[in-house]
Amino acid sequence: MLSINNLCASVEDKQILKGLGLDVKPGEVHAIMGPNGAGKSTLGSVLAGREAFEVTEGSAQFDGENLLEMDVEERARAGLFLAFQYPVEIPGVSNMEFLKASVDAVRTHQGKPELSSVEFMKLARETSKKVKLDQGFLKRGVNEGFSGGEKKRNEIMQMMLLEPKLCILDETDSGLDIDALQTVADGVNAMRSPERSFIVVTHYQRLLDYIVPDYVHVLADGKIVKSGDKSLAKELEAKGYGWLEGEVA
Amino acid sequence: MGDLQTAALALAGSQQAPDWLASVRQRGAQRFAATPWPNRRTEQWKYTPLSALSGKSVQLPEPSGYKVPEADLIDVDAYRLVFINGVYSPDQSDSLPPEVASFSGVNDDQVALLQNHLGRLADSSAHLFAALGEATSAEGLVVHVKAGQSLDKPVYVVNYSVGEQSFLASTRVLVVLEAGAEAEVVEQFLSATDDQANLVTAHTEIVLGDNARVKHYRLNLEHEGITHAGGVFVELGRDAHFDGFAIAKGAELIRNDYLLIHRGSGAHVELNGVYMPRGRQVVDYHTNVQHRVPHCTSNEVFRGIIGDRAKAVFNGRIHIFADAQKTLAELSNKNLLTSNRAEIDTKPELEIYADDVKCAHGATVAQLDDEAIYYLQTRGIDKERAQVMMSFGFINELISNIQNEAVMNYLLPVLAKQFGRENDLLQLEADTLDAL
Repeated sequence: MLSINNLCASVEDKQILKGLGLDVKPGEVHAIMGPNGAGKSTLGSVLAGREAFEVTEGSAQFDGENLLEMDVEERARAGLFLAFQYPVEIPGVSNMEFLKASVDAVRTHQGKPELSSVEFMKLARETSKKVKLDQGFLKRGVNEGFSGGEKKRNEIMQMMLLEPKLCILDETDSGLDIDALQTVADGVNAMRSPERSFIVVTHYQRLLDYIVPDYVHVLADGKIVKSGDKSLAKELEAKGYGWLEGEVA
Repeated sequence: MGDLQTAALALAGSQQAPDWLASVRQRGAQRFAATPWPNRRTEQWKYTPLSALSGKSVQLPEPSGYKVPEADLIDVDAYRLVFINGVYSPDQSDSLPPEVASFSGVNDDQVALLQNHLGRLADSSAHLFAALGEATSAEGLVVHVKAGQSLDKPVYVVNYSVGEQSFLASTRVLVVLEAGAEAEVVEQFLSATDDQANLVTAHTEIVLGDNARVKHYRLNLEHEGITHAGGVFVELGRDAHFDGFAIAKGAELIRNDYLLIHRGSGAHVELNGVYMPRGRQVVDYHTNVQHRVPHCTSNEVFRGIIGDRAKAVFNGRIHIFADAQKTLAELSNKNLLTSNRAEIDTKPELEIYADDVKCAHGATVAQLDDEAIYYLQTRGIDKERAQVMMSFGFINELISNIQNEAVMNYLLPVLAKQFGRENDLLQLEADTLDAL
């Protein structure tokens, strides 16, 4: 599904990723944990294709294609989805219109016809129920005036509508109360399938009680310094990140 | 004197008018003749090209059989008055309540009101086109609501430009709301085709008594060929409210002047506006808020999207007189240029003579938010589409705040079409989201 080799990336000439490697197979859930400033969010941005991030070395293959050569929207259409840590507010652009444009773009790429407005609205309504987002939010501007939890529910709703192959959740748990966390996790778990993979980026172990990963990786100073199964997350929770510093050096 | 001036005066002289109107017209004609034609050094017209206008050839309209297409009308439960090229069309208009009359149907009380007020706020000695409008005004309407009363439905005024020739279409609106009275007025300007090249002058005067409230919409939705010069002139008594919305899609030239005068403490002005000229269209808004007394507030927000080689002018003047302590005045004008040949001249003008006031103003030429475009792209939406969505969003913020739902629902698809977007989703959203 995703194969990253020796990935190096910098932003404004500051190197953040320093030779990161990661293999994600279909159906797997990988958690990436690490201290602040390790490059966790950068990884998501680089994979999504954000312009400000420059890849200086290494490669990333997505479904056999060279991911790094694709435009941002092409990556999304090919099935890569990034749930933002801080979803952007876009006043004036209705959430409904945005979601339909997004779903239509992906469907067109897949050779499917666009949904009619009525079909789409039914789908959107059903999906909003699943993430416990009041329908009123569909009419509002994209994320405009949404609370932190509502924004994250909206992210998960987009993920459900787009049915991506690879979902990257960038600190989706940050700023969430337990109820919202449960809803988000339920959404993710409902979407787990043998064909779909997840990369769950988080600072805290808590989220992994709800979304149980197959693998846990520790990202520190721009690369993966330790990998293990879900017990590694528990160990990190107990010991903090300090004990890994020896391994970074 | 410009060619147009000579021609317009000749036309005005040849036109019949009832006595009460004849003296008004005469005053307008004298002032129009005496006003020098603006040139590049005339401050009020500095950024607005009038060259095309000075040589424009127009004739007086006559009653005609033209009809406004039903599809162009706003689906609103209202008292509708239709003017075709400035001529009142009773058979396309509703029967009117006693508070509303066209000039051709006024009673003595309404004539007295018109004699008192017509041209008082839209001062023909200060405004070139107010003088032209006054000199040539033949038709219009008056709305008079007595103290404590409110009109049960909005007054909906349709001005339709149509026909092979270019007409000089002049209409006037006078709204007088006595203390505590309320009314809503929707003025819509339409034209039949891109080729239709009327010169439209339309001046609206609104006199608000103490605690009176008006909602006013001025919708300039004409096609390419129209030249429109008009304005809205408002006087507010104590605790009165003016709640206004203006839109100009763009035409050969659209110039609207807003004059808002606070005469009584506690009065409030809320004015939102959007403009979106394209091609070689020109839109010009000059607003002038006069805080003459203490404790008044005004909040003005205008946004524009200027494309191709179009041009927009926004001149927002706030004048706070020495007595007007505790004034709270805000003005914001944001512009989006979608082509590097598009032009905006935006100028806030503050004149403040009181020391204890709050006055905030901002005029910006904005770029689309890169962060938001990236976000849309990560959802599979291509960059061009994202830019269009965001441009529309830029003005849609103001459109979606329109309180009259019928007006909002009318404008949304009109604008969506302008931005090349499907509109059935918008329509569905408005109509049936809850019903599904």
